[in-house]
Amino acid sequence: MAGIVVSQEKIQDINGVIKLCPFGAIEEKNGAVEINAACKMCMICVKKGPEGAFVYQEDEKVEVDKSKWTGVAVYVDHSDGDIHPVTFELIGKAKELAAKINQPVYAVFIGNNIKDKAEELLYYGVDEVFVYDNISLKDFRIEPYSAAFEDFIGKTQPSIVLVGATTLGRSLAPRIAARFKTGLTADCTILDVKENTDLVQIRPAFGGNIMAQIITPNHRPQFATVRYKIFNAPEKTENTSGKITVCELSEDKLVSKINVLKIKQKEVEENISDAEVIIVAGRGIKQEKDLEMINELAKALGGQVAVTRPLIELGWGDARKQIGLSGRTVRPKLIITCGVSGAVQFKAGMMNSEFIFAIDENPSAAIFDVAHYGIVGDIYEVIPSLLEKIKSL
Amino acid sequence: MEIIVCIKQVPGTDEVKVDERGNLIRDGVDSKMNPYDLYAVETALKIKEEKGAKVNVITMGPPQSEAVLREAFMMGVDDAYLLTDRKFAGADVLATAYALSQGVQKTGSPQLIICGKQTTDGDTAQVGPEMAEYLGIPHVANAKKIIELRENSIVVEVDMANTLEVVEVQYPCLVTVEKGIFQPRLPSYKRKLATKDRTITYISLKDLNDQDEKQYGINGSPTQVERIFPPDANTDQEIWTGKGDDLGNKMFDKLTELKFI
Repeated sequence: MAGIVVSQEKIQDINGVIKLCPFGAIEEKNGAVEINAACKMCMICVKKGPEGAFVYQEDEKVEVDKSKWTGVAVYVDHSDGDIHPVTFELIGKAKELAAKINQPVYAVFIGNNIKDKAEELLYYGVDEVFVYDNISLKDFRIEPYSAAFEDFIGKTQPSIVLVGATTLGRSLAPRIAARFKTGLTADCTILDVKENTDLVQIRPAFGGNIMAQIITPNHRPQFATVRYKIFNAPEKTENTSGKITVCELSEDKLVSKINVLKIKQKEVEENISDAEVIIVAGRGIKQEKDLEMINELAKALGGQVAVTRPLIELGWGDARKQIGLSGRTVRPKLIITCGVSGAVQFKAGMMNSEFIFAIDENPSAAIFDVAHYGIVGDIYEVIPSLLEKIKSL
Repeated sequence: MEIIVCIKQVPGTDEVKVDERGNLIRDGVDSKMNPYDLYAVETALKIKEEKGAKVNVITMGPPQSEAVLREAFMMGVDDAYLLTDRKFAGADVLATAYALSQGVQKTGSPQLIICGKQTTDGDTAQVGPEMAEYLGIPHVANAKKIIELRENSIVVEVDMANTLEVVEVQYPCLVTVEKGIFQPRLPSYKRKLATKDRTITYISLKDLNDQDEKQYGINGSPTQVERIFPPDANTDQEIWTGKGDDLGNKMFDKLTELKFI
């Protein structure tokens, strides 16, 4: 079995090696050093421990035949045939990846009365769209949708499957990944592909200021989800060369233990993902009423107000206005962060903005790593001064 | 009725950094129950109060994770299970979901499995749906309201991107709940005293139906972390320092130049 093997005789300082592990996974039991279930396989003990004390032992694995899995597939996220824009962004990325390994781009489109909507996808450069169009697929219910997705994967054997990290995608993708017992990496912010078709998936990890590069070296297909507004949608082309394939599912695959009783359209609300100008309030805001200053600035610049996770936890903001991996991803023309320290979770949600102004007192705040204009100062001085200037126009 | 809630211990802080060599630096080992799981526990307890149910909790992790199970006792759950084994170390989403799906089967025969929407350390929201797949039961993610508890099913309101959907799911099933579905109760000191001697049942690999080591921990994990590194800094940037007034003026000039004013 693969794992980290501990050689007790090579360890002199037991307390020293226990301290090596940032996750507290190295412990002493009856005088012997053991690795417990908290281990995250970060390999620090292998790299930093006494020579030979911790050795990573790999298995001889049955290698998956990667040549049998070809194509980069995109799940078409939609509501009633109205295609979610994240789909086009993923098609753009899929084309880029597919070109590198010389493979086709597929799309899988599951729903009801969607056949005529499939053509649009061809104009974004998809080689083949697989359509599952059935009345039983009208509402999103996990079993029939999974069955259609499974059927598609069985037919095409794609190497890579990209799914938008929408509410639906985050529910569906894990289900299919588990069905194929393969890897799924959530919320990737960078994707690339190696010559051997291994997908290079980069995402913020461990809840902290760290990026992790993740691969799925011995399983296919490789699943990844990506949020809206991380990648760019390609230009629509004038001509198409791809084709549409309509697929059928047998009735027994369409049964479900879920019954959708009622669907209510949500009121169209201000959506920070669509805003061109965003002013963000962070932990630097000392009390709730001080948000007024942020509102004023947003109003003056014709933008929307967003917040960071700590403010949501304080109950000072609406969760729909939260930027970051547990909130929304935004890509406005202008973003001004006010008293935001810049946790990686937050930065991942806004770092693709066109102009980033960051105001924070702490000159070593991580937000300054992504800012185009870093303003090291007190928000309680800088913002009123800026507002005064704008008002005097 | 039997309900099991899956909970996780997460770091109490997100102050994790990487040094120049790409190694993790983590100060202190402060930890807490994943905040989203508090809503899951509360949901189960609300169902118990309304309809009567046995509410159990399970977590996977090192023995220190007992702390979150004790916390769940203080909120009012009945039994607690700790899924722990060195063989589970290094598990990714798939291996975690598999171990939990095996563990849950050792706790009885729950009709309803409740999970928080996601964790604050992984933020993936994948373990719940993957568990449901392994258990061969339907799941519904992002429930924000319980509409009705029926004899053989639960009716919930689900928050989709553009719609609110009222969905009925037959038991046995798995539901992940949104933050805010109910206000989680605070752990009670009285219950702390009352439950301090209550046993936590340990479940290790040898207790599970599937004891094939290849399915668990690093061996059962298709994904591999190739490297960790600090995020790129933006190199094309200007840093301004000075008095608040001057900085405000400077911002005004720049925003005007960029035509935002």
